[in-house]
Formats: sequence, C-alpha cells, structure tokens
Amino acid sequence: MLIFEHSQPGRSNASQQFHGGSASAIPAQLRRQSKPLLPEVSELDAVRHYTRLSQRNFCIDTHFYPLGSCTMKYNPRVSNALAMLPGFLDRHPLAPDSTGQGLLACLHQLQEMLADVTGMAEVSLTPMAGAQGEFAGIAMIRAYHRARGDTARTTIIVPDAAHGTNPATATMCGYTVVEIPTDSNGDVDLAALQAVCGPHVAGLMLTNPSTLGVFERRIGEIAEIVHKAGGLLYYDGANLNAILGRVKPADMGFDVIHLNLHKTFSTPHGGGGPGVGAVGASQRLAPFLPLPLAGEEQGSYRWLAEAQRPQSIGRLSAFMGNTGVLLRAYVYMRLLGKSGMRRVSEYATLNANYLMAELQKAGFELAYPARRASHEFVVTLKKLKEETGVSAMDVAKRLLDKGFHAPTAYFPLLVPECLLIEPTETESKQTLDAFVVAMKEILDEAHATPELVKGAPYSLPVRRLDDVKAAREPDLVWKKKG
Amino acid sequence: MPFIPHTPEDVSAMLDAIGVGGIDNLFDEIPAGLLNGSLPNVPEALNEMQVARLMTERAEADGRYLSFLGAGAYEHHIPAAVWQLATRGEFYTSYTPYQAEASQGTLQLVYEWQSMMASLTGMDVSNASLYDGATAFAEAVLMAVRANRNEAHRVLVPSSLHPHYRATLKTIVGQHGIAVVEIPFDTESGRIDRDALEAAAAEPFAALAIAQPNFFGVLEEPDALTDWAHGKNALVIGVSNPMALALVKPAGEWGSAGADLACGDAQPFGIPLSGGGPYLGYLCCKQALVRQMPGRIVGATTDLDGRPGYTLTLQAREQHIRRAKATSNICTNQGLMVTASAIHLSLLGLKGLESAAAASHAGCRKLLEKLIAIPGVEPVFASPFFHEAVIRLPVPVAGVLEKLLQQKMLGGLDIVPYYPELGHALLVCVTETKTSDNLDQFSDALANAIKESPC
Repeated sequence: MLIFEHSQPGRSNASQQFHGGSASAIPAQLRRQSKPLLPEVSELDAVRHYTRLSQRNFCIDTHFYPLGSCTMKYNPRVSNALAMLPGFLDRHPLAPDSTGQGLLACLHQLQEMLADVTGMAEVSLTPMAGAQGEFAGIAMIRAYHRARGDTARTTIIVPDAAHGTNPATATMCGYTVVEIPTDSNGDVDLAALQAVCGPHVAGLMLTNPSTLGVFERRIGEIAEIVHKAGGLLYYDGANLNAILGRVKPADMGFDVIHLNLHKTFSTPHGGGGPGVGAVGASQRLAPFLPLPLAGEEQGSYRWLAEAQRPQSIGRLSAFMGNTGVLLRAYVYMRLLGKSGMRRVSEYATLNANYLMAELQKAGFELAYPARRASHEFVVTLKKLKEETGVSAMDVAKRLLDKGFHAPTAYFPLLVPECLLIEPTETESKQTLDAFVVAMKEILDEAHATPELVKGAPYSLPVRRLDDVKAAREPDLVWKKKG
Repeated sequence: MPFIPHTPEDVSAMLDAIGVGGIDNLFDEIPAGLLNGSLPNVPEALNEMQVARLMTERAEADGRYLSFLGAGAYEHHIPAAVWQLATRGEFYTSYTPYQAEASQGTLQLVYEWQSMMASLTGMDVSNASLYDGATAFAEAVLMAVRANRNEAHRVLVPSSLHPHYRATLKTIVGQHGIAVVEIPFDTESGRIDRDALEAAAAEPFAALAIAQPNFFGVLEEPDALTDWAHGKNALVIGVSNPMALALVKPAGEWGSAGADLACGDAQPFGIPLSGGGPYLGYLCCKQALVRQMPGRIVGATTDLDGRPGYTLTLQAREQHIRRAKATSNICTNQGLMVTASAIHLSLLGLKGLESAAAASHAGCRKLLEKLIAIPGVEPVFASPFFHEAVIRLPVPVAGVLEKLLQQKMLGGLDIVPYYPELGHALLVCVTETKTSDNLDQFSDALANAIKESPC
C-alpha cells in the first residue's frame, strides 16, 4: 500500500504545522492554484508506513552482501552518530570559515590521509559520487592538455572490463572512447593498447585490480606506453579496498584518481547514495583539482576558491560536496589508523581467496582459475546454463531465498553468465562458510529441480518482477484512481 | 582489529584451505617494486571513545549561531522521526536497488517521492534524484540541449540564478562546447531584463532557464517568459526551491503549455544544513522527455503472481547499459536523502508544508519591514519575494557581519563579491524557525552595527 492510499481527506499532523504565515502578499497570478499530491496522514501512519517499508529491504545490517565492485562492508554506527552532532549538522555552508574550524580541520586531515594512502600530491573532496570523481579527473586531464596548448588529443582509452561510468564519463567530457580488449588471463591486451596509442590519446582509464578480480601485473608497461604517447593515466578507485595500505596508485604511474569513500572508507550506501568520489592528483595535475579545497595555514583553516586556484576546473556542486559523508569517512579512518588501513586489504584479500577456493571445491567454475583473487573474483555459470538452463540471474535470485544478497551478476560484461563476488574484510569465516553451503545447495537444485531455481525468489515480498512491462508501459508516478 | 572478526584459528584454517603459508603470499602477483606500506600522514588508531571525544570537541568548537543565511541552503524544522527512520539500518546500509525483490522498501519509497516531486513541480515524471541543485540544473541543461530538435548548443541563463549553480553549470557543460549566455537582471525589479533577453534571442537557443524564486528571493513573471521562449522553439527549465512551490505556481503550470523541465534542490525537505551536503538534487519533466532523463527512475509493475511491485526502469538510458552512449554518467545518487525527504513530506503533509512556506514568507516580510526602518537601510528590489530579500546598507557589509558574528549571529550573505554593482548589498533569509523575538534581536543588532560602522 502506498502512503497516498493511507490518506484521509482532512487528516493532518498538527505538531508539524507552523503559525503566523500568510501568502496574501504574493500576487494572485504568481500563486499556486493546483493542490499538490502530498499524504494526509497522522504521524503514526507515516512512521508505521516507513518502518514497514524498511522491513522490505535487504541491507548490510541484516544480510551478507557479497556485491562485487561495491565493497559492502560494515558501516560503523559511530560514524553516523558523530557526523550528526549538532555542531556539524547545523552548520550553514556559507557561514564564515572562522565558525567552521572544527569541520575544516577534519576535512583537511581527511585530504592529507587520502593523499597518503594513494601517494597523490593533493586531494579534493568535492565530487559527490564515483562518477562525478571520474568526471573531475577526465576534465582535469583535458584542462592539463589544453594548458599546454595540446588540443589534438580527442580520445580516451577504456578496457572492455571497465565500469560503465568510465566510457560514459569520457563522453560527458567531450572525448571519443576507444575500448581495448582483455587477454585470456584477465590482463589488458598490451598489443592492442600499443596499437591505439598516439598523439590523439588524452589518457587511459583503468581499475587495478580490475573488475575481473585480478591485479594488472603489467601496469608498469601500460603506464610507460601511455605516457610515451603523451597521454595520462586515470585510476578508477572502485577497487582500492584490495590494495589499501600496501600499494599506492601513484607508484603504479597514475596521474589522477578517484576514490569511492562509500566503498573503501565505509560510508553507507543508503539505498543508492549519497557517496563521495574524492579525486587525487599528482603534482602536475594538482592545479586543476575541483573546488573548493580545505586549506591550512599555521593551524587555521579556510576554503580555497578560484582566487587561490585559478587553473581549477571549477565547481562541481553548489557548496562543498557531500560534507556529512566526508565526516563519516574521517571517523572511520581515525578508528582504523595507520595499521588498520593495511589490515583492510589483507583480510579482504584473505576472505576473497578463501571463498574462491571453497566455491571451486563446491563445484563452481572460476573465470580465472590460474589467478589469485584480489578482494573479489569472478565465477562463470556458462556450463551450468548449458546443462540445466539455470542462469546467473536465477542463481542470484535463489540466493535471496537462502538469506544472502546476490553477488553482482552479468558484470563484467565480457564473462558469460558471471557472478562477481566480493566478501569484504568485515565478514567472518562462519558467514563465508554458510554462503558456500547455500551456493552448493543451489547448484544441487539446479541439477535436480532446475524449475525451482528459475522461479526464485519465493520468500520475499514479491516474486520476480516484470521488467519488460515496467519499461513498455512506464508507470513512474502514482495517480488517484478514477 | 577494528571491524575484522577473524580469530587466529580462522586465519590458519583459511590459509590451509587456500593452500598458502601466509596472507602475504596472496599478494604474490603484485610486482614487488610496487609494495609500499609507508603511511606517514595517517595517525595510529583511536578507539571509539577517543574518536567521539575528538569529534565532539570539534563540533562544539564551531558553536551555535542565530542564522539569517539562506542562498540555496535553508534551515527548516525537521521532525524527529525523519532521521530516526532514515538511519534505520534497512535504509541506511542497503545498496542501490538493483535486486528489486530484495529492495521493495527503497523502491516503493522512491516511487512515492517521484510522485510527490512531480506533483509539486506540476510535471509528469521525476527521476530518483541527482546529487544537488547545481548538478541537477546542469543535467537539465544537457537534457534540454539533447531533446531540442533545433540543435542549438546555446542556453540562456539569468545572472540572477544562484552564482554557484552557474559556476557548476560552466564546469559541466563547458566540456560539451555548449555556450551559456548570461541574461542580466533589471536593477529596479531584480527580474530578468526583457530587452537583454530579446537581444540574446537573435540567435537560436536550446533552452531558457527561469529561477523561481531567483537568487535574490525575487519572484519572476514566468508565464510570459515561458510562452515567449516556446515561441522561439526553445525549452524552458524552471529552477525552484521546492519549498516555495507550496505557495507559488510551479514550473509545469507556467504559461499556456507549462515549462518542460523543473529542477532544484530538495534540501529544504528534511535535509540538515550539514556544512553544505549531502543535499538532494531533483529533476522532473514532461512525459515526452522522459527517455532523455539522466539517472535512475523507479517504475511500478507486477510480479509473476500479478502482485504490485517496483523496479528500476528505462535503464537503456543509463551508463551500465549504454556505456559511452548513456544520457549521463551518473550512477550513485542521493538515495538516503530521498528517503529522508519522502518521510519529511509525509509527516508534514500538505498543511504542514504550506504552513512552513507561509510562515517563512511572512517572517521575511516582517523582518524586511523592521530592517528598512533602520536609517540608511533600503530594499534593493521592488518585486514580490518568497522568503529571502536583498537590502542595501549605508556602510560596507563585511564589517557589519563581523560585528553581528561577535553576538553569535549570522546576518545573511554579503553578495558584494558576486554582484558588486548592487552596492553594499546583503541577502537575508527567514524561515519558520525564527521567532518574533529573533527578528527583533537581529534588527536591533543590525541597527547598532551600522551605527558603529565608519561610513
């Protein structure tokens, strides 16, 4: 039932009404005549409705969530509690810097810590999600070439295993996208890279470890090829969890990067955001970082703007990006500290390799059996599909019945019938073992009673939804019947 | 080890199962020269109590102020239930609802929010949110340029639209070679200068943006502007603080056909100021434009048993399907802010929202009366306004604001850096959170600060 269907004409919530207002000074021709669709419910109606809706969700707090490339680790409650302290929550973004020294101190130190773990010269916190971080990075690459009078570079190279945001970002920045293939071991095809490089190439976007769950071993050669052609290297930090505290993207030759603080640094996904896509840059690209930046001089902090950074690509938001999310990441980093950073990649990698080994023993086929897993790995169900008709989607849906969120399915696109599985470091061996048991059960079901798996899920608020109908007859807003 | 549950027994059993001697062996594919564990700028770990002490000290050091700042970020009452519900783990720690069957709570909530936003803006459809008002505006411009068959890569944007929205727009659409033509405002009324607008229309343009209310709080006359732009084969983008739409005619109802797109920031609907974010960009449009929409959209459908359910839909526009040909690169948006906003709107309902908007509007009128009674203070524009207004002081604004700050007051925004042509101009905002006593405190303090300022 929708909130609108709980409405009763004339019912309202008096404790959320305010007195002394009048709109009579607004000229009639400017005033609203129509009545907007808003619920007419009591406070209890609303609280009960949204509490019940919440119970129709899977979440990290209730379920194991092995979504590849999404890093669904535990989101510490204390990060939320401290980011919502009144002093931070009530701060107006345009209040003078002198009244925001506490906040600015946190953000400045967050910039420093992120620069340290990535090896970059400087970090800007303003991008509000990974895709906006990518946009910032590619716009910086463009600004760098232009500042040198090099306007012939029109192309961005993207491996075929890349996240969809990579090519979409390059297009948004006015570039032509060239995709290069991956070889059978999951590495970038160096000959193909060499063939497309030239004076028209602005840069290469790369995730390392890649979305195939393997570390790109020849990253040194890749960097050399691209740099020799005059291009720059962009690091998509979606998989930083795999190498945190152990390998720095700057040492691999990357010039500019983005980090997903809602992945590696444990800020909540919130059902689809808000995130943060902080960007880091090497010395030569730092002048182009987006604004504002938190600056420090003799213990006093202030926002740096156009006057201090004339070469910046500019603003990406009305104010300072997703400040509240930044505070949550800051709290998390202080709780982990120096040695905690390295433990993240150690245990994320241990969990992934253990789960990969156990699933292989249980009869699942690995996409890259000869490789170590990074913090994630790819299983392919191509044979299962051929033998039983049960697809990766079916297995994913059946997992929901078994009390586990599904792994990422059908990504990366180049592995048929794939599941991309990322357990993260915050899950215990016991949870991973239970997941293997569930996967083994599904494998057995697929052979014995394939229709059972194909019809899943059965135990959720709805069964499989008609996506075709949703797209063919879009019903995107509620309208009162009759 | 914070947040890592492994016992030593677990670790050795896991390493045995993998068949390696130690965790370090798992990294043996990484070239040795790349290993670099030095982190000089990350301090040692603190426990929860120590971090709490540090953060509490910093939050309290920032102090509390009686604030008359608005300019795109507004202090409103937020019911206690909003964030108690929004931070339930089921909302707070869930992922993007790609697995629809396991995400019906979030999906239905977004569908409800889309319905409320489309109705508030007078549009047919809404997407599931964009980052903030400034990026929603940039996406609206890109969408209008894509959708308009006249193929003009030129948009008209009033200089009375939020300066930071215009700056963001330039960062984003500047990459596409889209020309942003700024239309000056009439210095008497604070509204779009019609002669300048007419002159700018000498060449084709894809869209006209109209801010209602504009950055000065001034209400434009959007009916005539909308019809005028449509007559020039341009689309119209309404940029509104959605709180104003409880009282003011929404973009979808402007002129004879309505504007084509409506966007802005829904921060006033239950989102705390929080130093500038996270906020909540919204984008609504007419039905004909829906396939040009950026970002996620939730639709209603049915399941195998015919029961109603909700799912992400029209995904053929999006980056994970279309890659380089997507309508936008946006992926993660502001889901949790949508949750808070939908709950907020449900708790207030129509009456609550109207009363908050009306109390804010009336409070601003009352304050303005008091302020212009101070010798030397005058209103800058002679037009109706919503809950913000620009006044001119007889002395430089910065010094006055500094004096108010010493009395724990944020006296508004000094807009001299943005609009030097307006003289000593101060933008003030009042919401329902301000009492009559607050207004008196402010006007008394302002009068004193002016008196003590050198002219």
